[in-house]
Amino acid sequence: MSEFIIEGTTLFKGPQHPSTHGVFQLKLKTDGEIVIDLDPVIGYLHRCFEKHCENINYTQVIPYTDRLDYVASMNNNWGYCLCVEKLAGIEVPKRAEFIRVIVGELNRIASHLVAFGTYGMDIGAFTPFLYAFREREFILDLFEELCGARLTYNFVRIGGVSYDLPPGWLQKCLEFLDYFLPFIDEYNNLLSYNKIFIKRTARVGILSKELAIDYNVTGPNLRACGIDWDLRRDEPFSVYKELEFNVCTGKDGIGVCGDSWNRYFVRMLEMAESVKIIKQALDMIPDGPVMSKFNPLAFKPPAGEAYARCETPRGEIGFFIMSNGSDKPYRVKVKSPCFSAISSIPAFSKGLMIADIVAVIGSLDFVMGEVDR
Amino acid sequence: MNLIEKFLGNFIPDNYVIIVSVIIFFGIILSILSLYNLFIVWLERKVAGHMQVRPGPMVTGGFHGWLQTVADGIKLFLKEDIIPKEADNIFFWISPALIMAVSFAVWVCIPLGIDLIPADLNLGIFFIIAISSPVVVGIVMAGWASKNKWAMLGAFRSAAQIVSYEIPVALSILPPIIYAGTLSMTGIVDLQIGGFWNWLVFRNPFLFLTFITYYISAVAEVNRSPFDLPEAESELVAGFHTEYSGMRFAMFFFAEYSNMLAVSAIAVTLFLGGWSGPLPTSFVLRIPVSVLNFFAKTMFLVYLMIWFRWTFPRLRVDQLMNLCWKFFIPLSFINLFGTTLWKLLL
Repeated sequence: MSEFIIEGTTLFKGPQHPSTHGVFQLKLKTDGEIVIDLDPVIGYLHRCFEKHCENINYTQVIPYTDRLDYVASMNNNWGYCLCVEKLAGIEVPKRAEFIRVIVGELNRIASHLVAFGTYGMDIGAFTPFLYAFREREFILDLFEELCGARLTYNFVRIGGVSYDLPPGWLQKCLEFLDYFLPFIDEYNNLLSYNKIFIKRTARVGILSKELAIDYNVTGPNLRACGIDWDLRRDEPFSVYKELEFNVCTGKDGIGVCGDSWNRYFVRMLEMAESVKIIKQALDMIPDGPVMSKFNPLAFKPPAGEAYARCETPRGEIGFFIMSNGSDKPYRVKVKSPCFSAISSIPAFSKGLMIADIVAVIGSLDFVMGEVDR
Repeated sequence: MNLIEKFLGNFIPDNYVIIVSVIIFFGIILSILSLYNLFIVWLERKVAGHMQVRPGPMVTGGFHGWLQTVADGIKLFLKEDIIPKEADNIFFWISPALIMAVSFAVWVCIPLGIDLIPADLNLGIFFIIAISSPVVVGIVMAGWASKNKWAMLGAFRSAAQIVSYEIPVALSILPPIIYAGTLSMTGIVDLQIGGFWNWLVFRNPFLFLTFITYYISAVAEVNRSPFDLPEAESELVAGFHTEYSGMRFAMFFFAEYSNMLAVSAIAVTLFLGGWSGPLPTSFVLRIPVSVLNFFAKTMFLVYLMIWFRWTFPRLRVDQLMNLCWKFFIPLSFINLFGTTLWKLLL
């Protein structure tokens, strides 16, 4: 059979396709329904983020980081600010750290809700998407009250956060958490344990541990492979040291480690953990200032370089900043978790069917804004 | 002799009665199907909306957006008719017409009420199976003529699916025929008059299973979710009708919803007593009541399909085939065998 060569049909999936999660193209070489070869094509959303940063001052970069992973802007702001604070040696007030944890975890829930909803839609179930957006709406309302924006927050600033919490916000946040927690079971009953859904996703697109490490896949996608690694616990930034939570990993059972179902289900588990973290943070939050004392208009970090990473809903986002002592960064480089996820697709999804490719892409949950920058 | 033939017989010569009555019946069916389509699209959007914590159409026409489908229909009529440059013009033009014609032809042999059947063929159900097959030709034509790889993939999926699922559908139609001992649709309904315990579905356990098999296979045959692979939005964009717009698209849409009604109507006729209902047949208003009975049952089955669509994820193409060949076809044979034994021994 070895001399039998299948030529295959070339299919261009995207950039305008319902299930590409942004502007992203997949070149598929198919034999009927079987995908023989595939090649991700990126760059449709390239906006020169890194070059832009060289021409604006440090504070002005933050709104641009909103647009990296626009589903989880808070975490991007946070990652960038961590790096600048490391570079300039700025101490962040305790209250600001807790506010960062609360908004970061709220945004993680919001982001995982989007992942859950759109994944259901990829598999063909439309209804869970709107259920997910119903709950996400509450989080967006909370954020709107906090900083006026619903998608691109620009809330986490160098040395703290932009505003203190409005009166009564903590209470509203707690109410939301109590309201939200039962819905996770509803989602699981509706979609996660649905027979057809399990058939479509379990044991499909298995990303092995070795491959995941080779491709630098991080975040929920890595944990779904069964690797117990979470920056929040293993290399704690901010005040995560003081908080107790579990790191959720993929398990053999309904699926196997590293398959699409586990990648999806780790996110469902993480939502419950985030609720736990926020509840603790709400109890522990101290009074005090939310911004360290420095003048952002005359902010000039000393010459040097720094690298900081932060656990976003999609994995570890790394910021590398080089300073030459002026008020503008000399170089900003972003290590994007979604880029790693996308590059791993061809390594483990050859030989699947077209419908499985959709399941794999959806389960990796990438946002193109962060890949192309 | 059906009702309209009897009525016409008073005015015109017998030779022309059949021709005129068929034309009248097609007028009736066309208007019923059009009205039904206007209603069902609105209903589907409302049901989907309420399932998804949103109201659905609310503005057009005042009360719950009841004119929304009319507005959409007018929009589709007035849209520019786009044919892709590379498309095969003739087939591109024929396929929507063919699919729509097939969705009408099925109605020739379905009794809509007492004495209301366009043509009471003595092999009615056989005619329905035969006439509903060409739909797959239309779909492949549409996919091929579009000169679009996604459309073609959708068409091939559709061909595989419809051809496969026709087997369990046809095999599930056999047990009620064997039980009733007639191929005539009117004959089958006459057997079921007089209360729901007379419906074929409740006559024996095999017929009940047959009904389930028939209904699920029929959902697959009309490409509804969870078997909507030919139009899988997240995979194939819109499947075989990706390149169609305006009125041609509306024709596909029309045919899809009409087919939903048709398979439900066949299920009602064969298993759920057709137009029979709780009211006695000698009642003065028996004909309108019988039509109402028939459509109430049919619409319930259509509603179930809508319910499925907004609840279930979609199967993969190989799982769909497995379900058909490894589960439904053996089950259909068991049903067939069981019903035959039941008929022979009891």
